[in-house]
Amino acid sequence: MATQSHEPTPFAPGEGGTLVEQPAEHKVFPPFDSTTFASQLLWFAITFVLLYYVMSKIALPRIAGILEDRRDRIASDLDLAERLKQDSKAALAGYEKSLAEARIRANAIAEGARDGAKQAAAAKRAATEANLANKLAAAEKRIGEIKSKALADVGEIASETAESVIRALVDSDLGKTEIADAVASVMAK
Amino acid sequence: MATDPINQFQIHTLIPIEVGGVDFSFTNSALFMALTVAGASAFLILSSRGRGLVPTRWQSAAEMTYEFVAGTLRESAGSEGMKFFPFVFSLFIFILFANLLGMFPYFFTVTSHIIVTAAMSMAVILTVLFYGLWLHKLHFFKLFVPSGVPVVLLPFITMIEILSFISRPISLSIRLFANMLAGHITLKVFAGFVVMLSSFGFVGILGAILPLAAAVALTALEFLVAALQAYVFAILTCLYLNDALHPGH
Repeated sequence: MATQSHEPTPFAPGEGGTLVEQPAEHKVFPPFDSTTFASQLLWFAITFVLLYYVMSKIALPRIAGILEDRRDRIASDLDLAERLKQDSKAALAGYEKSLAEARIRANAIAEGARDGAKQAAAAKRAATEANLANKLAAAEKRIGEIKSKALADVGEIASETAESVIRALVDSDLGKTEIADAVASVMAK
Repeated sequence: MATDPINQFQIHTLIPIEVGGVDFSFTNSALFMALTVAGASAFLILSSRGRGLVPTRWQSAAEMTYEFVAGTLRESAGSEGMKFFPFVFSLFIFILFANLLGMFPYFFTVTSHIIVTAAMSMAVILTVLFYGLWLHKLHFFKLFVPSGVPVVLLPFITMIEILSFISRPISLSIRLFANMLAGHITLKVFAGFVVMLSSFGFVGILGAILPLAAAVALTALEFLVAALQAYVFAILTCLYLNDALHPGH
């Protein structure tokens, strides 16, 4: 072994400046060799403080940041998904609402149209009926007029007939007014 | 020499430094500490470089390590314990990388030296002690006086609690040190058998099959131990920190 050992050498250096190899049983067990403690403690302190510094200032905050970013991203993605779900639900509800409204409106329109048609038909029928009634009334009036006129004429015709009959039969000269009175009295019975 | 199982723990000076008669040389141990720190930092910094929303394989590994340690700490010490997260994470990653680097042949295992593991466990215990005293003042000593214990038993229980507290840094450091040391020695011994037996001709080679199989199995076991001991050290640190935060049990 070319490198030097820490423990005191029990053997003198060999010829040619090379160290004579020491048998193991003559050595101090290396982990219990207190001459190396100071050096190990110092270098452990230096390296461990350096490691602590690198970990606490660079490595760990960076990894924590990465993990946090990922957590935030997942949370915001979930939020977005939830929001979109709500949106689609709202849209569906709006669609169903407007559908229902449209259906109600369509029913109302149909109802209105039916009512209108019914009313129009009724009005038309009423008008026709009124027209017919008018015409009927007019016709009845005329019939009545004709009838009364005919009845009025009956007395005159009867008295003329009676006058001619009487003249032909008895050749009397009865006054026209007497005959008319007689006819009227007969007709009044 | 090649088969001496202790040789792998030997510390060699690479750059001699001496201050006031004390040897502070840059040794192979210091080199591997530096490699451990460089490896751990490179792993965590390079892998998270892309800051990907969808992680790469390396970034995923770094994130898993982060969340594993963070989860362990939060579970045992609560969310107040998260202020110690960089400390616990540094300990975990240091031990893990030191142990795993030690698995390479001819590499030095930093954690196989008791002074290093003792330094780590003392750092943990001193943090617990000082933070606990700073946070709870004298109430911190309630840690040693469990509530709901009969008065007759109280002195006895308190003594046991104090003893167990004192033994914590010892057990913490020796557990890691002994695991790494014993594992590496065993591996080296079995590997040494293979070399030794196979130099005895055909029969020797046949006889070497068993220790070779054992060495292979032990290598797998040592990888498990390397990761497991880092985890054990980290979770015990978390539990002890919990005592500093909540001493009233």
